[in-house]
Order: sequence, then C-alpha cells, then structure tokens
Amino acid sequence: MLEIKCPYCGPRDEEEFSCGGEAHIARPLSENSLSDKEFADYLFYRDNPRGVFLERWRHAAGCRRWFNVARDTLTHHILEIYPMGAKPVSKAGRAAYNANWRRDSQAEIAAQPASQKTNKTSSAKR
Amino acid sequence: MASTDIDRGVRGLRDRKKHYSIFSLARQAGDYHQGWQQAWRHAEPKPEYDAVIIGGGGHGLATAYYLASVHNMTNIAVIEKGWLGGGNTGRNTTIIRSNYLWDESAAIYEHAMKLWEGLAQDLNFNIMFSQRGVLTIAHSEHELKEMSRRVHAIRLNGIDSDILSPEEIKKFVPIMNMDPAIRYPVMGGFLQKRGGTARHDAVAWGYARAADDMGVDIIQNCEVVGLRRQGRKITGIETTKGLIKTRKVGCVVAGHSSVLADMAGIRLPIASRPLQALVSEPIKPILDTVIMSNAVHMYISQSDKGEMVLGAGVDKYNSYAQRGSFPVPEHMLAAAVELFPVLSRLRMLRHWGGIVDTCPDASPILSRTDIEGLYFNCGWGTGGFKATPGSGHVFADLIANDRPNEIAAPYALNRFETGLLIDEHGAAGVAH
Repeated sequence: MLEIKCPYCGPRDEEEFSCGGEAHIARPLSENSLSDKEFADYLFYRDNPRGVFLERWRHAAGCRRWFNVARDTLTHHILEIYPMGAKPVSKAGRAAYNANWRRDSQAEIAAQPASQKTNKTSSAKR
Repeated sequence: MASTDIDRGVRGLRDRKKHYSIFSLARQAGDYHQGWQQAWRHAEPKPEYDAVIIGGGGHGLATAYYLASVHNMTNIAVIEKGWLGGGNTGRNTTIIRSNYLWDESAAIYEHAMKLWEGLAQDLNFNIMFSQRGVLTIAHSEHELKEMSRRVHAIRLNGIDSDILSPEEIKKFVPIMNMDPAIRYPVMGGFLQKRGGTARHDAVAWGYARAADDMGVDIIQNCEVVGLRRQGRKITGIETTKGLIKTRKVGCVVAGHSSVLADMAGIRLPIASRPLQALVSEPIKPILDTVIMSNAVHMYISQSDKGEMVLGAGVDKYNSYAQRGSFPVPEHMLAAAVELFPVLSRLRMLRHWGGIVDTCPDASPILSRTDIEGLYFNCGWGTGGFKATPGSGHVFADLIANDRPNEIAAPYALNRFETGLLIDEHGAAGVAH
C-alpha cells in the first residue's frame, strides 16, 4: 500500500486518495483543427511506462485537492510530489516529462494559446 | 454472431505414442509411471521462423496451436520470458462465461465458449472444464432492471442466460446470506448455466503440448529485448538468446504490451494495472457454482482441491510490480463475508497480483499495426482467461491471412479514432 504525502495535509494512507491517471494532458483549444487520429491521442492514448510515471492524485477523503506525483510503476516508489500546473523538478521526473511522446503531439500543440505556439514547437524535444 | 461451424483444425495428437487415455494411464500404472514422455521439447531458437508469437501464456500458446492446426503454419515459435503460464494465465480466477452485452463481444466470447466445449478432446488434455454455472447477483432495484435488459440482449444473441429470483438463488446457493437487512441485500441475479471454470495451468500445458506435437518450438526463459524492422516491415526480434529472423510477429504479452509497443515505436491505448486474487485453505465442498457481484466487487468459486478462490477489482494506479494494495482484497473479503457468513473464520493461504492490460472501453485489441507483420492481441484487461481459445483462434486467423475476420474486425486499433468503441464496462469493469 502506498503512503502518499498530501502537500496540504501531510502523509496519509493511499485509501484516502483517488488516482487521476496521466498528468500534463492539456485539452486542445482548437480541436476542429485536429484529425480524428490526433484527437484520439488526447482522448484515449495514455502513457503507460514501466518506470517513472507522472500522474495526478486527489486527496478525495481529505482536503479534496489535486496534485501531481512522479512514481515508479515498477517499485511503487514515489520520487516527487508537486502542485498542479507545475512541472517536475527531480531529474527522473523531468526526464519522464520530456521523454513523453505527448510533448510532440499535435493535440498538445493545439492546446497552447496561439501566442505560445511557435515557442512550443521549437522547444519540442526528445 | 459467429457461425456455429468453427474450423477446429486437427484434433488430438499426431504422435499416437503420446496420446493420453484411460488405457495409457493403466499401461503406465503397470509400469510404475516410469514411461511417461516429456509433454513438450525444450526447444532452442532456430535462426528463422515463418512467424513468432511473443508471450507463452494461454492466449499466445492458443494462437500458436491454431496457427499450426488450422493454418498449417508449423515453422513457428513461441517466445516466453519466464515459464509457460507463469503470468496472468496462472494468476486469474479461472472463470469462463460468454454473457456480454454487445454483439461484437457476444461473437468473440461465445466463439471461445464453443471452443472450450470440446477443447479437452481437441488437445487430448484434461483441462478440467466444468460448466458449473456463473451467477451474477444484483443488490438494488436499479441493478436488477439493468440486468434484465442485459439478459434479453444476451439471449437475442443466442447465449443462454436466465434471471433468478431471490427464492431461486436461495435454492441454487444455500450458503448465501439472503437476509434483506444486510448492507447490500441480494435482490436477484442472472445465471449462465454453460459458464464455469477450467484449470488454468492445464490450459497452457494442453496448448503447449499439442502445439509442440505439430512442430511448434516453445522457447522458455527467453526475453525479447528489441524488434528488428526495415522501414515499416518487421524483419526479426532480438532476444536474450540472440536474433531470430521472422516476417510476422504476434505480441500477446498482456500487461507488458506497452513495453513491446514502445520497442516497435508505436502506441497502444492501454493502462497496466494490478489485479489481485487469493485462495483460502481447502475445505469440504460448499459451493458448486461461481458467484459474481459487480456492485460489491467480488467473485468467488471453489476449486477442485477445495480452496475458495476469490478475486477483486483492479487497483487504482498503474503498475508493473505484480502486486497491489491491501485495501482492495480487504474490501472484497468484507463483501464475501457478508454474503457468505460461513467463510468468516476461513484462513487465506495465498494472495497475489497480476498486471492486466486495461483498455479505455474494457474490450480487447486484436489488430494489425502500422508496421507490416506486427500484430497485437492485448487489452483483455481483467477478463482474458475466459476468451483464451477464441482469442487464439481469431488471432491465428489474423496473422495467417493478414486480414481480420468478421469476429476480429471490430477489435482493430482504429476504433479509438473512429469512435466505434465496444463499451463493456458494465460487463467487465470490475468482475470480468
């Protein structure tokens, strides 16, 4: 069983939390510009790594607030807990964020406001 | 619906010396059981095969068996990282049924059910298939109404299914607590009489032995570490026992499907989650059917050894660790004890987890991919065991002919782009 350190309430048993799956999935702002295949990336396709996974959790039976967790799916070890809207700061967390195929997906590019779009595509990395 | 005349391929073993029967048993008994032959060879990989199946569980071995017996493809191999049936094949709760809501599901699960009926004869192996019935119970008026809608849909597909009243349930399962005052009272249920259980290890062994008899190489303790391709074509696989050349690769690796997809540079809409089960100490026969409850997340049956076999729902997080969290079996046992007070002092002997490949619509993927010669059979999630023969039969057809047949077609990967999902969460979300 996991012990999760809620950033607002402190360490609690896993039972108090609900898991929201992959973190950092932005809804495309201009979905009509996407093909069905590209929209499926946003809607159905999820990262499923054997190793470090960035996911959202909610302290459902506590403060009911959302936060992000970087967790190893092979050892269940929690590497990092960081707030919604932020990016991971640990080395492994950052690597997992950058290595995710979603960073280069059309759906994620379409989720950026128009002003940032060129910026985003140029910084898309692998 | 699938046609009723299934091509079951060659029945029994070619090597008559290896044939199991009452006479061979008597003969061996007279010889102090010294003369039994090895069930399958310990094959080492050849440099090249016509097709390679990755994953030596029930589905992978069934695929290999039907490739050989129905499609005459015998220059093939099954590659297994560990030992045969050591993954989810040996970890499930062995429940078999075909009472699914949608036509596409009815087609594939009923296809499997028809193959189960007669599989022991096909394989010449006692898989202990027991059609003891599967009873799914309802705990609210609403659930009961939804259930009757489901039963009618299932019957329209020609699959047996009957609604049982609380009085009929009391008669069918005398040990069930029918007190209307419990937290989740039993308001009714539906029964598939042709449903039941089979011995999961025997299914893997039976398929392995029959496939080996036709010349299929079964290679254990051999992990796939990479996929070789030339442009958009598969040319071989890299394993811990070296490079194996082949132009067709079928991936049947359940919870690790995403890992193999990653090697191929493609993506699957799959989440790998732990699913837990446990068995009790063996006791005298008290339950001669299978009971499932979706509302309280519990399913239970009694094995031939007398152990109570219990399963729960999936854990809430992704994992590759083959273990889950304690609250899941705890909740399930609380429900089990409320429904069956007779179990309250029973001790649990073993508890384990397997990694299941869950799909967004709780239906499997049987599909070609963007890479020529690479096929995936995955996404069975929490309920793949029941489909083992049907899955293998349909997947073998897909690999041999490089086009999906009418049963496989709806299960292609592109359904997540077209939106033609097969939403079986109601039949499969928890107790699959």
